[in-house]
Amino acid sequence: MIFKRFFSSSRLLKDSLVLVEGSQSQINPATFSTITAASKIGEPITALVLDPSLAESASKIEGVSKVLKTNGYDHYLAEDVTPLLTNLIKDKYNYFFTSGSTLGKSIIPRLGALLDVQPLSDITQVIDPKTFVRPIYAGNALATVKSKDNIILGSIRGSAFSPASTNQSPVSIEDIPKVESDSRTEFVSENLTKSERPELGSAKVVVAGGRGLQNKEMFDKLIEPLATKLNAAIGASRAAVDSGFCDNSLQVGQTGKIVAPELYFAIGISGAIQHLAGMKDSKVIVAINKDPEAPIFNIADIGLVGDLNEVLPELVEKI
Amino acid sequence: MSSKLKILVPVKRVIDYAIKPRINKTNTGIETKGVKFSINPFCDIALEESIRIKERNPDSVESIHAVSIGPTKAQDILRTALAKGADNSTLIDIGEDNIEPLQVAKILKQVVEKNQSNLVVLGKQAIDDDSNQTGQMLAGLLNWPQATNASKVELNEDEVYVTREIDGGEDTIKAKLPMIITVDLRLNEPRYASLPNIMKAKKKPLEKLKLKDFGIDSIDNRLEVVKVEEPPAREAGVKVSDVDELILKLKELKAI
Repeated sequence: MIFKRFFSSSRLLKDSLVLVEGSQSQINPATFSTITAASKIGEPITALVLDPSLAESASKIEGVSKVLKTNGYDHYLAEDVTPLLTNLIKDKYNYFFTSGSTLGKSIIPRLGALLDVQPLSDITQVIDPKTFVRPIYAGNALATVKSKDNIILGSIRGSAFSPASTNQSPVSIEDIPKVESDSRTEFVSENLTKSERPELGSAKVVVAGGRGLQNKEMFDKLIEPLATKLNAAIGASRAAVDSGFCDNSLQVGQTGKIVAPELYFAIGISGAIQHLAGMKDSKVIVAINKDPEAPIFNIADIGLVGDLNEVLPELVEKI
Repeated sequence: MSSKLKILVPVKRVIDYAIKPRINKTNTGIETKGVKFSINPFCDIALEESIRIKERNPDSVESIHAVSIGPTKAQDILRTALAKGADNSTLIDIGEDNIEPLQVAKILKQVVEKNQSNLVVLGKQAIDDDSNQTGQMLAGLLNWPQATNASKVELNEDEVYVTREIDGGEDTIKAKLPMIITVDLRLNEPRYASLPNIMKAKKKPLEKLKLKDFGIDSIDNRLEVVKVEEPPAREAGVKVSDVDELILKLKELKAI
């Protein structure tokens, strides 16, 4: 196996390491957007896989120069992963990016503390190798910030960058050893929501329901057929999640998922700023609500005031 | 439990969550004059959880200490924390300056060491800078276990079981104390402070410190704010009167 090495000093300044997230041979869609963001800095980009089943696919992602593969990090616990990352990054990489997932957000700050670096969360734009844009105040303001750190650690908002393509001829994959940690944290169990639908964070169409659906039965009865018809992911407002209409992991907003699909249906959602923070970059927003004063109508491209019980079945039938 | 719990709860004063922030005239930040401030909602949940841990295990919790790093006015939220059930509190008065999570975590590390805290419960993020970093950084600096986005916390001797909200569902991890927990929205419903408790809180300790008490001369921010802007406004949409018109419009916009 030939290992590509990049020792020329001009390139050394832009060496990026990107964490490839995913499991069971499936790379999370947000990783492809993260690599696009890293490519705005320049090459080389090294992809790090902590799950060997992802290595081959990672080696075909456009822009990736090399893949580092290791094993033994089954649950990506930050306490285990950060010693490995600290070793890798020190003196070798000037950039480390993850997606703005719960995983990325658990790892990057811990790493920042160990490297004495102030990370950037949820980058939406790369202005130059030191300057980035990120949303603050639930997306009500955009801050352009310039880092004074020598190493830049950033999580990338997936919806802000198009996904890198996966058709390059595979680059080399290098095995690296696991780094032992003295972690006292143990994984106990997990409970993942199974779904046949597209993943909420990367779906082209999202059908989201809110308090206006009144109960779980109505949520399922009115939201699911439309989502099925449009091959859409289902989302929800915090009110819907708190009232038990659907699972927590479907929440769209400042404290849930940030989405920017081609088409977003806000059904029975009033449009509180925390919800808007999670979806206002959608390309086309449709709002259906019985309250004509609902703030969601201020940002919707198409608004329809009406009784959800009548409008939705008709829409499913005619669309 | 081998040693009693000394819980530290860092709390932040932020613009109230219901207020739409306005950008200042110089495009350098958010207008704060005449704006309502409150405790960061996630910090409120962290405080509530700490109080509930104490109520559930009265013999194993020695104290709950609330700490805030911010302007002089942040003492208001510390008084509220005391009224809700914190035992004592510290304000680290840094004036009106902005301070980044890394620096906050470094100060908190000193607070933890001084108070001999063995459990730190924080909000998962502040709703102003939306960083979601401080708890993890503090855990890194102390080399302690971290459990982020907690939706359930259970104590079992000196082990803590935490259920976390993760993308796609939830997971549960366990760790031995001392540890750091950051809390998610669904962990609990914070209580209100009653009037008698607000009165009593006035007599509870509120220690006031400055940066120099931590051997820090000035705030060492690593990110220079170049500018703060409004996000691009969306163009006004249209209201349609029925489903047929809605579908027509969707086709016009090539959305379906």
